[in-house]
Amino acid sequence: MNPLLQALLENWPVSTTNLDTTTTAQGASAAHAGHGGHGGHGGHEEEDHRMFGFVVFLLSETVIFLSFFVGYVVLKTGSGDWLPSGFEGLDTQEALINTIVLVSSSFVIYIAERFLHKENLWGFRAFWLLTMAMGAFFLYGQAVEWMHLPFGFTSGTFGGTFYLLTGFHGLHVLTGVLLQGVMLGRSFLPGNYERGEFGVAATSLFWHFVDVIWIVLFALIYLWR
Amino acid sequence: MSNASLEAAPFASSGQPQPGAPDNWKRFFSFSTDHKVIGIQYITTAFVFFLFGGLLAMVMRGELITPAADLVDRTVYNGLFTMHGTIMLFMWTFPVLNGFANYLVPLQIGARDMAFPRLNAVAFWMVPVFGVILVASFFIPGGPSQSGWWAYPPVSLQNPTGNLINGQSLWLLAVALSGISSILGAVNIVTTIFRMRAPGMGWFRMPAFCWTVLAAQLIQLFGLPALTAGAVMLLCDLSVGTSFFNPDLGGDPILYQHFFWFYSHPAVYVIILPVFGMFSEIFPVYSRKPLFGYKIVAVSSIIITVLSAMVWVHHMFASGTPGWMRMLFMFSTMLISVPTGIKVFAWVATVWGGKIRLSTPMLFALGGLVMFLFSGITGIMLAAVPFDIHVNNTYFVVGHFHYVIYGATVMGVYAAIYHWFPKMTGRMYYEGLGKLHFALTFIGANLNFFPMHPMGLMGMPRRVASYDPEFAFWNVLASLGGFLLGVSTLPFILNILSSWVQGKPAPANPWKAIGLEWLVDSPPPHENFDEIPVVISAPYGYGLDEPLVASPSGELASEHN
Repeated sequence: MNPLLQALLENWPVSTTNLDTTTTAQGASAAHAGHGGHGGHGGHEEEDHRMFGFVVFLLSETVIFLSFFVGYVVLKTGSGDWLPSGFEGLDTQEALINTIVLVSSSFVIYIAERFLHKENLWGFRAFWLLTMAMGAFFLYGQAVEWMHLPFGFTSGTFGGTFYLLTGFHGLHVLTGVLLQGVMLGRSFLPGNYERGEFGVAATSLFWHFVDVIWIVLFALIYLWR
Repeated sequence: MSNASLEAAPFASSGQPQPGAPDNWKRFFSFSTDHKVIGIQYITTAFVFFLFGGLLAMVMRGELITPAADLVDRTVYNGLFTMHGTIMLFMWTFPVLNGFANYLVPLQIGARDMAFPRLNAVAFWMVPVFGVILVASFFIPGGPSQSGWWAYPPVSLQNPTGNLINGQSLWLLAVALSGISSILGAVNIVTTIFRMRAPGMGWFRMPAFCWTVLAAQLIQLFGLPALTAGAVMLLCDLSVGTSFFNPDLGGDPILYQHFFWFYSHPAVYVIILPVFGMFSEIFPVYSRKPLFGYKIVAVSSIIITVLSAMVWVHHMFASGTPGWMRMLFMFSTMLISVPTGIKVFAWVATVWGGKIRLSTPMLFALGGLVMFLFSGITGIMLAAVPFDIHVNNTYFVVGHFHYVIYGATVMGVYAAIYHWFPKMTGRMYYEGLGKLHFALTFIGANLNFFPMHPMGLMGMPRRVASYDPEFAFWNVLASLGGFLLGVSTLPFILNILSSWVQGKPAPANPWKAIGLEWLVDSPPPHENFDEIPVVISAPYGYGLDEPLVASPSGELASEHN
């Protein structure tokens, strides 16, 4: 096998996201595989497979978003004037503020992760909480926008795709914030990070994913006239 | 093989419950995380639904034995073909092949279990849940979905009862749940294959079955979400009143067809690729020769995965598709016959000049190969746009895909069940009953599905309860074949049940096969391997003097044949 590919596959995010690879691996196989730390996969390192699996899952999740995006583009280009009658177009300004908040939260969560790597728990919690607040702000802004729009989910293909895309994405933001809450709570458990930081790393990766999707979504829905 | 059984002996006396052994049947009704238990759970559940879907088909064949619509109401007939197709795909072929992937992949790559055992159990237990939802739609007002397994709008948006809970919405719910289950399963299997191979098992030492499972699960990961997206939008149209696919409100029904086929054509490869893998495992064993062109066979599976994402529009040649698109997809569809042809060639070359043993698995595999070849030829005919337009929505298409799905997939699955039955249960099946089963199945399948080709060419449309009397002759033949297929399951069930309970105990390697799964006891102990094997040679070393694994005790634990 190609050595480059091999290196890529074997050193996939896992090893960079764990404090201590060996303890993580044993903990993971004990907790997850349900057989008490057999170890001894010979030459194969007993690595944490969860991050690999999570990345695979996110790639699959991306395809759902891509499908919705394709649906949006096809329906938009296929119909002449698809805006509901009397509606001029979406307000970009409010959405732009929301966008800035969400995109910057990706940097904030990164800082939180760095603090955790340095074993500064309070720094981690502070920035982690800030990320949650920014996510909540985004959701609040989205809700306010929804309530003031003059069209609904069933108002033609425009209303349908708008609420479908923003709603499905919003559901992911909500999931992200809830996951962050769980991770924050867990950070108070004694010895929580002895088995690695998979939860934090995965939540953070999920958050970046939600962010990137939003950037595409924002461009498609708000910027593309 | 003597070494293998000697090695396995300590496990048998360890008192560990052995998944698959008959005295252990209660485990199959538990939330077990053992991949072998889950594998058998998948296979058995799927087979129950296979029988149910087959029963629906036999009612349809009963209706079609006379030209008039006299046995069931037309709306019932619509529900029958819809549920038959849906159950056979989502409740039989996907779960049964997932069952084999679950059972065999960890054993074949030398792992103790799947990467995520609990996720594995969750994914399995969703299968009976959405199966029950699907079957429950028979008992609600308005009956099950009648729009065929494609659920094309605007037909699928009609909702004659006006209820929120109707056959179509339950159908969509079941398909969405099936999608979630399949994606969870795919994440698990892909992670297992990438990350848990035994030391020494490089990509090109991995058995062909694992390659095909990987290829199939990649399709699930990257194709299935498109159908999920389409199903969500269709459910919104149906239940909430949005207009994504509703032409009356400015929606685009063709868009749904794209979503549907972008996944559902590759889905055909999801259900045929693992069967290719089974063929690649079985032919070498019963011909005593290495798999011909193993590396190319392995890689061709991945090529099929890639190409499968580029052929879906060939289901839509008659949907007002522009000319350039037709040309493009005709070409890509024909292109996919190249990697498939490589495989067929490799199997023929494997069997050619081998020391052939015509035991039941080999008979089913050869029968499946013959029928697959036939379906491949009609497949290329259908890829040609002018011919496809001519036979679009006729029985020719029905005949073609039944040769694929019954002729190749079901025959291949039967072959695999017989081949790995001793491994899974620790018992030998009865060869005589197996051969009887093969004869009935092979004759029944050809009698059932061959007449569909001439009747399609004569112009008989699919999905009709009554037809012009000129088609009667071929329909009677097909119906007889259908009932014969129903009968053919009886010796199989008798064989499996009786040999599971009181069959001759199976040795670790009854077929003198080469592969990690044959080095452990039958049935394999919990966690499979006492010590993870170190693989030191390529698979299928039949007739070669290379041990498969290094043995720390100094004694070789592999086979020389």
